[in-house]
Order: sequence, then structure tokens, then C-alpha cells
Amino acid sequence: MTATAAIHTSEKCLLRPGNTNCGGCGMSVGLTMLGRALSEADDSCTLVIPACCGIVTAGAFPTTSYAVPTIATTFASSPAVASGVASIRDLNDEPGQVICWAGDGGTYDIGLATLSAAAERNENIIYMCYDNEIYGNTGGQRSSATPAGARTTTTPWGKIEGKKDIMSIMVAHRIPYAATLSLAHPDDFAQKMSTALSIKGMRFLLLHSPCPTGWKSEPEDSIALVRLAVGSGLFPVYEVFDGATYRVSVKPDGTDPAEYFHRQRRFKDEEIDLDATRRACSDRMQRLQSLAEQFPPDK
Amino acid sequence: MSVQVITGNHAAGYALSVAGEANRTARGVACGIYPITPQTEIVEYVAKFPFSKGRVVPVESEHSAMAVSMGASMSGARSFTASSSNGLAYMAENIMVAGYYRLPIVMVAVNRTLGPPWNIWADQGDTLMLRDFAWLQFYCENNQEVLDTTLLAFKLAEDRRILLPALTCMDAFIVSHTQTETELPEQADVDRFLPDLDLPHRLHYDEARTLGGLAWPHEGLSMRLEIEEAMKRVPEVYQECRENFTDVFGRDPGDMIQPFETDDAELVLIASGTIATTVREVVRRRRDAGEKVGLVKLKMFRPFPGAALRDACKSATRVAVLDRNYAAGAGGIFCQDIRGAFQGHRDDVMIQNYLTGLCGGDVTPDVIDDIFADLSSRTAAGDPMWAGIDSGEEALQ
Repeated sequence: MTATAAIHTSEKCLLRPGNTNCGGCGMSVGLTMLGRALSEADDSCTLVIPACCGIVTAGAFPTTSYAVPTIATTFASSPAVASGVASIRDLNDEPGQVICWAGDGGTYDIGLATLSAAAERNENIIYMCYDNEIYGNTGGQRSSATPAGARTTTTPWGKIEGKKDIMSIMVAHRIPYAATLSLAHPDDFAQKMSTALSIKGMRFLLLHSPCPTGWKSEPEDSIALVRLAVGSGLFPVYEVFDGATYRVSVKPDGTDPAEYFHRQRRFKDEEIDLDATRRACSDRMQRLQSLAEQFPPDK
Repeated sequence: MSVQVITGNHAAGYALSVAGEANRTARGVACGIYPITPQTEIVEYVAKFPFSKGRVVPVESEHSAMAVSMGASMSGARSFTASSSNGLAYMAENIMVAGYYRLPIVMVAVNRTLGPPWNIWADQGDTLMLRDFAWLQFYCENNQEVLDTTLLAFKLAEDRRILLPALTCMDAFIVSHTQTETELPEQADVDRFLPDLDLPHRLHYDEARTLGGLAWPHEGLSMRLEIEEAMKRVPEVYQECRENFTDVFGRDPGDMIQPFETDDAELVLIASGTIATTVREVVRRRRDAGEKVGLVKLKMFRPFPGAALRDACKSATRVAVLDRNYAAGAGGIFCQDIRGAFQGHRDDVMIQNYLTGLCGGDVTPDVIDDIFADLSSRTAAGDPMWAGIDSGEEALQ
């Protein structure tokens, strides 16, 4: 079955039509692409979702926007609940993935210890973080994924601290697979999902997820924005196997980061140190590129 | 059935493990475990048990221990865990969620003082902090009762008329670390007592169902009312489970409340846990001296057995409630519910609260004698009295 056919078949449509998510929501597009990848691989999943927009997406009892079994967990618990679900799945030889679907608050902040422990145990689950760089569900407060300069309701004059490097933290656990995903690069997204679905053990996927409500951007700009983030090197797109071997899957194309900041009203142009940002992006991409050259995946 | 000299923790670990093993012909067993003094030996026992179809997940916190157990339970497996004191406080959010999810998880709690100050000894403040969650609560006084009640708790919790998690409690060290002769049931008998778990609302990998999403007020309210209805069915189902237990194991696991010499008692002490053991001996001695005194051991605290308590105290004019727990600014926690159960039904009974054994203090027969002396000399109930310590004017001498 082709991806296009799958998404138009309601039984295979992970996120059903009629949900109340915001226009331009990256998480919603991410769910649709996840559903496509599962259909392509003839796979299925149970979603384990902590407090975040992802569970509001389900809608009100007794209806649900999710076409798969779904569990709402407490904010810090999704990888632990998923560990229990996956344990019983494996003990009963049942098919399907157990996928945590969590925002950056549940991943970078309150759930980090739980996530780290599940990674250290190499639980047989997929953990997907849709990173909109903000506590979106509560109306836009800072998280440790919020980049420097961004205005949120709890950093009304712009965040001073930079964004936490969650990928390096997860890679340090030497889990079988860690990768970043961009909605602007759907083929790469699909390729990585296919890789993730074929691996056992802990898999971590980080999705840069535009949030027009929190980013103070236009809904129709969402995909353009994450494309700018990849092109400028602000959001590196790469994958790491076993914490050891690296591949940069989409290289920056020399885009200037200025446009990315300019199109979001959470930033003020005059407050962004573009030279420092360009240097930081370039340094990080060079480091990743050099790791990829020194330690290429053998697969 | 074998008799062994084991600790309360060993008894609890054994009961949890054989109950889990009994589900091997169904969806198996999985649980999250995390150590804390004085319950650590329970999870150590579970960790080394050779489950035929099970997984024990050693996690990084109590909060995650309950989360793993919930994930397993939602998947239709039998599940349990154990904790104590500050560990229960850290786990509290997920304990509450397990109740509202109607997951029949059994947890053994060793009652230990909440810190600070640092204190590892007996005090019921930790599990009573959880009293308003949708969990059944049982307080045990010895190793055999811990083992029996834990097994019974699975049957009760998993009964389709109940479907609520259950907590089995024991006093730190006095039970958890004290070795006594204990009858250990055979696996085959446990298999007979605990049928395969078939959780009606479990997740199926091929069925789109969302557990725990948003519910509007009327839906949320109806779910709360269903919990209330299940709580009301507990006394009847408990007796069924108790009879079945007696049939299978040849031993009575004991009633929800256990009156002793109360038929004509004018003074009745209500106590729980190991304090009840001491009170029983004092009552026996005073009965020998011709005094009309009695004991009611409160084993089940949730649901609260108000009617049974009133019935057990029918001849009493004065009741003393001994609380090894303290709600700051409001006195003993058992006493609050007991007063509530008597009000409007038995307003003639004087109910006096005694706070004793807190923070692991010893409750000796002398302390019980002091309480009897104070109770019999009273003309009216007053503020809660601190018994067994020398701490100012409110304390008994």
C-alpha cells in the first residue's frame, strides 16, 4: 500500500479528521507522517502520551481522535508506563510498536529522569518528542528547549539561556537509534521512521515542531520556518546509531538564520546576535560533520 | 503449605510473587520496583523470583515504579509494587491515577514516619496521606496477616464488582523485620485462589481506545459515582473472598474489623496494626480483673467500615481511638472518620482521641493502661491527647 493511499483510509489514519488542533500545528503534521510511516511498514502502535497538546488532541470521552490504542499518563511518566506496556506486549508475543508521543516539557524537563532511565534500560519502545520549544498546552511558557531570545509568558523580556542539547544527552545513553526529524524534509522523515521501526530497543526521535500560537508566527509559515531552521543549521538533521556512528542526513544549504527569526514575533530582530548565532550553527554542524566522517554508520 | 520463620517483608514478597506467578496462564505479570527502607527486602524478593511469564523492571524512582505497574496493568497483566514513607509521597501522583484508572494493582506499604526529621520507624502518616485516593486500605498486625491480606487483596481488587487497587500496610520493623512462624501457601493453591486476570477495560493492541483523555463534568462525575458504588460493594465481596480463602488455604484471613471482648464492653479501644496486638493483651488482663473493656481492631480503613464499627461498639459508652498518625492541626486521622461514622447514629458515645506511637515510639501495655485510666475518668471528650510521651500539659502522665 502506498503512503498516499494509506492516509486516505480512515482505519489507517493515525490522527483522525475533526480534531481541534491549531492551524499550522507541527505536531499534527508529525502525527500524520508517523501514521503514514506505520502504514508503509504495515506496522501498528500503541501511543503513550503524557500531559501535553498531544493528549488534548484525543478530544473528549467517549470519542477519540486517535485511531490506535492510546494511554494518557502523568506528565513525567510516559517512558515508564510504556515500559510496562511493552513488557506485556513482548511477554505475549504481540505485534506493534509502543510509542511515547511527548512535547518538549515532558521530555527535556519534568520527564527527563524517567526518559533517561528507560534509555539506560534500553526499553523496547520508540520515544518521539515533538519539540515546539515551549509549554504550548498551558499557553506558552519557557521550557529548557526554548532558544535564547525567545519571548514566552515566563520570559517576557526574552529567554537568556540557550536551548538544551537533548540529542547529545540521549546519544550519551548509547541507545540503538537517535535521530532528528524535520517536517520540511518528509522523505528523510519517512526514511528515519522506517529505520526506527526496524530496530529493537530504545529509539529516540526529535521532531522540530512549529507552533504558530507560541511562536507568534503565521500558520501557513510553519513548514517554511522549519525548512529555514534546517537550511541555516539551527536545527541539525542527523541520526546516531548506538551512540557511536553518525550520519548528517540533510546538510544546511547556507540559508541565513536572520529570516527564521524575523518571521516569528517571539523574537525581536534587534535582540538576536546573528553573528554569534551563525558561528554557533557553523561550529555545531562542523562538529557533527566531522563525527559523521570519522564514525560513519556501517549500515 | 509449609511453615517457615520469616519476616513480614518476606511474607509480603512471597505473597506478591506467587500472586504474580498465578497469572502465567493469562497475560503474565510485570511491575516496577524501587527500594526504600524498610520495605527494600520486599522488592528484592520479587526481583529474584523466577517468574514463568513476567518481568520486574528496576526503575529510577517510586513515581516510575507505579507508572510501570500501571502500564502492565492497563495491558491486562497482574501487577503490584511496594513502597514506604517518602517513597509513597514521591509516588503519590501515580498512586492516585492508578485508582481513578480502576487498575487492580496491589501495593504493600511498610508504614514508616514521613521525614523530616529523618526517621525510619513506624507511623501510619504515609499511607493515610493517600486515604482520599480510590484505593482499598488494609492495616495488618503480623506476618501471617500481611501474607493472607496481600493474597486476598488481589482477589478483591480484581473482582469485576470492585476493580480498584488495594494497599496492604504493616508497621515498620515491628512487623517488616521481625521473624515469626508463618504459613506459606503452595503455588498450586494460590493458582486455585486467584483465577486468570481478565481486566475488562484493558488495552488491546488492535483496538482504538483512549484511556484517560478529557471527560466533561457529567462524564467525570459518573465515573466517580461508579467508584463510590464499587466501594459500597467491598464489604460483601470481601466476605466472599474471605470464605473462598478459608476454603482454599484452610485458614481465616480475618474480618475487615475484628472486635475482641466487645459484647458487653463499656469501654472500647479502637486500634490498628501492632498496637492492636498490645491492646488485646491489656484487654485480656483487665477482663480477668472483671472490667468490661474491649478492643476493635480496624483492619480495613478504605472503604471505611462505619456501620460495622458502630455495631461492634453497641454496648460502649466510651470509645478511645488510638492513632499512630497525625493530621497536623486536626488530630488523629482514624478518629476523624470514626467520629463521622458515629455522629447522628450514636451521639451517646463519648469518643476520645489518643495520639500514640508516632514517629516509631513504643506503645507499651503501660501506655494502654494510661489510656484506659484517662478514658474511664473522663466526663467529656476533649482535644486529642498525646499518649506515651512526656510533652507538656496535653500529654498523659
